[in-house]
Amino acid sequence: MLEEAGKPVQIAIKRQGRTATARLAGEFDLTAAPLVREQLDGLIDAGMQRIVIDLRGVRFLDSSGLGVLLGRYRRLSERGGSIYLVTAAEGSVRTVLEMSGVRQVMPLLASESEVPRA
Amino acid sequence: MTQYFELVCPSRPENVGLCRVAVATFAANIGFTLSEIEEIKVAVSEAVSNVVVHAYPATEGLIELGCREIEAGIAITVRDEGVGIQDVALARQASFSTDPERMGLGFVFMESFSDDFHVESAPGKGTRIEMRKRREAPAEGA
Ligand SMILES: Nc1ncnc2c1ncn2[C@@H]1O[C@H](COP(=O)(O)OP(=O)(O)OP(=O)(O)O)[C@@H](O)[C@H]1O
Ligand SMILES: [Mg+2]
Repeated sequence: MLEEAGKPVQIAIKRQGRTATARLAGEFDLTAAPLVREQLDGLIDAGMQRIVIDLRGVRFLDSSGLGVLLGRYRRLSERGGSIYLVTAAEGSVRTVLEMSGVRQVMPLLASESEVPRA
Repeated sequence: MTQYFELVCPSRPENVGLCRVAVATFAANIGFTLSEIEEIKVAVSEAVSNVVVHAYPATEGLIELGCREIEAGIAITVRDEGVGIQDVALARQASFSTDPERMGLGFVFMESFSDDFHVESAPGKGTRIEMRKRREAPAEGA
């Protein structure tokens, strides 16, 4: 548990046409929020229409992370695009996502292969 | 003497993780299960993030975290001497936020993930949050 302290969030981004996949790892909290926001906004500004956010490597998520996700959804949906979240079926990240109601606007998928084809 | 600790640190984002890990380690030591600890981490993160984000808008202030073992489990307090909350009942409602970029879910998570939850706050006088959580089963061999 102690080794988790202070580990910054990591983001790996892959683009294919107008679809981008952002794979996050680490703890998605207040400290991580500015970096993740900036990276995702960069994809939106670059004209990506579909952003798949893979949260399977995220060990911790709270309302600061949720706020970043919902804020990016708002920006991208204004431009007619959509966001898909990939997440494990169980665990605290899943619980927090379910409780927040974000799935009403961003589908929760079990893997990237479930993203509908463009 | 029962087990307890206090931690005082500046209201900086990186200290949210520090407080979270400190409480998680403490909870593990007194016999909480992993899934209970996951919930405790979210609750602590929300309370401490609120101090960093809301309590001291123009300056930096202190986060005062307290944690102690009680018979039933754990009692966690998070205090600040910041701006305080105008209307606590309103602030506790889901989706209420004074920041348009935020979801207004912090209090919802704190309340859902604790068995007992109190907020004391007054404008100009700061805020004190107390959360208590029971252990699922008595600690074995702890
Ligand atoms: N320690 C505090 N000091 C001053 N105001 C606070 C404090 N904690 C909460 N508040 C006020 O209560 C409101 C609700 O808090 P809550 O944590 O539920 O939502 P939020 O922080 O706005 O959004 P989120 O937690 O979803 O990021 C905040 O918008 C803020 O106005
Ligand atoms: Mg909050």
